[in-house]
Amino acid sequence: MLLDIKNIDVLYDDFQVIWDVSLNVQQGEMVALLGPNGSGKSTILNTISNLIGHKKGQIFFNDALISNQPTFTRTRMGISHVLERRRVFPHLSVLQNLLLGAWHEKARASRDESLQDIYRLFPKLEARSHQLAHTMSGGEQQMLAIARGLMGLPKLLMVDEPFLGLSPMVVKDMIGIFKNIVNEGISILFVEQNVRLALSMADRGYVLESGRLVIAGDSVDLVDNEKVLKVFLGN
Amino acid sequence: MTFEIILQAIVSGLLTGLIYALIAAGLSLIFGLMNIVNFAHGEHLMVSMFSSFWLWSLLGLDPLVSIPITVLLMALCGVLTHYLLIRYILKAKMLIQICATFGLSIFIRALAQFLWTPDFRTVDKPLLEGRIEAAGVFIGQPQLFASVVCLLAFVMLYLFVTKTETGLALQATAQDREAAEILGIPSNRMFAIGWAIGLGCVGVAGGMMTNYFFIFTDVGVNFALFAFVAVALGGFGSIIGCLYAGIIIGLVESLGGLLIDPSFKLLYVFAIYLLVVIYKPQGLFGRY
Repeated sequence: MLLDIKNIDVLYDDFQVIWDVSLNVQQGEMVALLGPNGSGKSTILNTISNLIGHKKGQIFFNDALISNQPTFTRTRMGISHVLERRRVFPHLSVLQNLLLGAWHEKARASRDESLQDIYRLFPKLEARSHQLAHTMSGGEQQMLAIARGLMGLPKLLMVDEPFLGLSPMVVKDMIGIFKNIVNEGISILFVEQNVRLALSMADRGYVLESGRLVIAGDSVDLVDNEKVLKVFLGN
Repeated sequence: MTFEIILQAIVSGLLTGLIYALIAAGLSLIFGLMNIVNFAHGEHLMVSMFSSFWLWSLLGLDPLVSIPITVLLMALCGVLTHYLLIRYILKAKMLIQICATFGLSIFIRALAQFLWTPDFRTVDKPLLEGRIEAAGVFIGQPQLFASVVCLLAFVMLYLFVTKTETGLALQATAQDREAAEILGIPSNRMFAIGWAIGLGCVGVAGGMMTNYFFIFTDVGVNFALFAFVAVALGGFGSIIGCLYAGIIIGLVESLGGLLIDPSFKLLYVFAIYLLVVIYKPQGLFGRY
């Protein structure tokens, strides 16, 4: 088991937002975290990165308990997190953004090779390597954010709302890129609101509603599941 | 009024401007990195001058010789300031952050008065003394040397921030703390480095000024105010902006004093501050 979350509760101050959630990701798997607005999807990714602490339960990565390890240790362990709304460094160049992705020692040692791989996967980024990140379009910034995550040589790539605000053409590109990443043996855990799109890509899905896990299973079983529809359409 | 006198005012304005620029750069770096204004900046300058003074008076080290020690002491002071105080108020409300560094300034100044009395002190017979004359303009050697060293320190600071890996990480942390942390850059360590460098700048300026300036517990007040004006004029968070702003302030101060009335020197500088706040709040090079 690559990532194993066991029964976590998450609170913002005194306000509980996640109740007893368990989920796992296997090596080389693409897993979708689904749910309507405010259901706690991003909170779960942020908890895995320890941007928010959790009260109960445990988080294991590669069988090691990582619950209380600080955020900056995550890339070293092999977890890259692409935050919601991309969060590229706006006033740094594309290249500088990418170099910062390979901060921990192991990633830094093979930085030049990683950069060549990234440029093969995202040719546009090479053409724009000296452009400031904030001058690029939303889709290009999303690609940069994902590429920056990959520079850390992750075993698990977590992506928060990868398709938000992207044109259908760019979404198609992005789906291809996700498939390439998984074919390299990297697992992906991503948050998405578009159920049909997410389940067409992912191997498995978890569906959240108001901070509780309501249903989990293989994508094929979830696609036309009535319970899933109910979560998104209401009763 | 002769041409020589105006030239003299321009030269001395430029020289003091370079010192203002370095002090402001330290303030700007800290602010840009963690959105905290160091209201104790002037007191840190005072401490660095006293460090230089005591090294001379107790150990017989000339301020020129002791400058590396003063810079290291100030960098250490910066690291301590971060880990003992700033770390705890990073997520606090702005008013609390203001009170914390403002309180620190009062604490340092009161402590200095208690330990060292409010007497004015000077360094006798420093290595650098006297003045040189060129084209009818007189330049004090210590002033000239101090300004050149401050300019060099400024260039080194700029190269460090823009060309090194640590500098890149500092910029990333300044632009998005969480995104940097998630890439593996520990923001707490970056903040400590920022404080060390910010106060190291002050150490260079203070150490050099000990050669020709009075050393007393309130010495930092006006310098800190000028540093605030320089940061606002240059643009919050812009280091290169501090250089231009420092020079402008130095020139306004000396030319205003010469052409209008020297007793209102401070007024001209603060008038610029008001004009900036009203007409160009983002400053000359600011992003905000």
